[in-house]
Amino acid sequence: MKFGRRHIISMKDFTRDEIDFILGRAIKMEDLLKNGTSDLLKGKILALLFYEPSTRTRMSFEAAMLRLGGDLLNLGSKEASSIAKGETLADTIRVISTYSDAIVLRHPSEGSARLASEFSSVPIINGGDGAGHHPTQTLLDLYTIKRESHLENLDIAIVGDLKYGRTVHSLAYALSRYGANITLVSPPQLTMPEQIKADLKIRGAQVSETENLEEIMGDIDVLYVTRIQKERFPDPTEYKKVAGAYKITPNLLENVRQDMIIMHPLPRVYEIDSSVDNSPHAKYFEQSFYGVPARMALLTIILGVEM
Amino acid sequence: MRVRPIRDGTVIDHIMGGQAMNVLKILGIKGTSSAVVSVAMNVPSKTQESKDIVKIENRELEQKEVDKISLISPNATINIIRNYEVADKHRVELPDMVEGMVKCVNPNCISNTNEPIISKFQVKKDPIRLRCLYCEHVITENIAELY
Repeated sequence: MKFGRRHIISMKDFTRDEIDFILGRAIKMEDLLKNGTSDLLKGKILALLFYEPSTRTRMSFEAAMLRLGGDLLNLGSKEASSIAKGETLADTIRVISTYSDAIVLRHPSEGSARLASEFSSVPIINGGDGAGHHPTQTLLDLYTIKRESHLENLDIAIVGDLKYGRTVHSLAYALSRYGANITLVSPPQLTMPEQIKADLKIRGAQVSETENLEEIMGDIDVLYVTRIQKERFPDPTEYKKVAGAYKITPNLLENVRQDMIIMHPLPRVYEIDSSVDNSPHAKYFEQSFYGVPARMALLTIILGVEM
Repeated sequence: MRVRPIRDGTVIDHIMGGQAMNVLKILGIKGTSSAVVSVAMNVPSKTQESKDIVKIENRELEQKEVDKISLISPNATINIIRNYEVADKHRVELPDMVEGMVKCVNPNCISNTNEPIISKFQVKKDPIRLRCLYCEHVITENIAELY
């Protein structure tokens, strides 16, 4: 399958075959990780442009590139770069794309990765654009589901901030490719945007909505929990009304399917009680680890490595 | 009152009832402008519930203006009048894409910053929806307010 030099902007752009191809490559990367490192990307440079704070996305890309023998260019803090002088994103991308073989961009504005792709001479990887998309998080989410549960005939509940949560927007689009039975669980103020629900319907996805998490706990294979994101709320009082709307506790897990798994893109704040961490259902730290092989797979594919 | 025929100019007919003032807005015609303009509103129509008509003397519309009118009134017809004769008559056509005409309503869209780009929207019909090619926000209402 040919991916060469392709921009990774939105999961909407992927076919199921393409996703399966990346997940298949991720399994090879996980095997490779068990044996140490490789030099598949020796001589290649990945630029990291993070205009917003990030721990897992940035460091797992760094780990992925280093495990593959490649090198990194890091923008560092905005304050220490030309961004502080008012340089446009377009100009920054024009320049950095001449220094590197691919660029990971995280930016607070929706559509920033799409814009970057218009000005870049190398592949742009969307590392999160405002409340828009986060396709590489979705790749690792799907990889986690594949490894810890099953992608076929999946019953999944997606819980929390579905309005501003870019990870769940991307995940829902991708799950629609697998015919998953998706239940959206959120407070009324944070429901999935109408246009995304309309898109999912057009794509033939099975989607239902509820505010009541307890009533569906026994019917799901995957519980995907997200944080209510304080930083995305224009009005702090609105945040206070919904903060803590859902909390996963051991009591809530009493009647779940034996092999049900709990996922979370992290960081978590109040949504999952730490007493759940030792439960066999908890897979969010494994999920975090899977980001490395998933991103190794993506990097090798878009940089043209045949395996 | 009977509105006299115009010698040269444009007659925009079959405008969706109630949209005439938005058509004037699109064309930049204000109460203070010197353009000679006749407006008929909510006229009974055989083909639609009601229609508006706008006659503008001594002006032929640019394609960009016609495209904008199509977004708020997709059944409108454009009649170019020269020397009292209809020199050209055609329906507006809804374009598949509009560029640089409409501002995205999402305040967090990258197209609303100082980046060197113009807005781009994919156009969908029935009902008319504009989808921002950058942030994917969909606009369905008050499109005339966004020019």
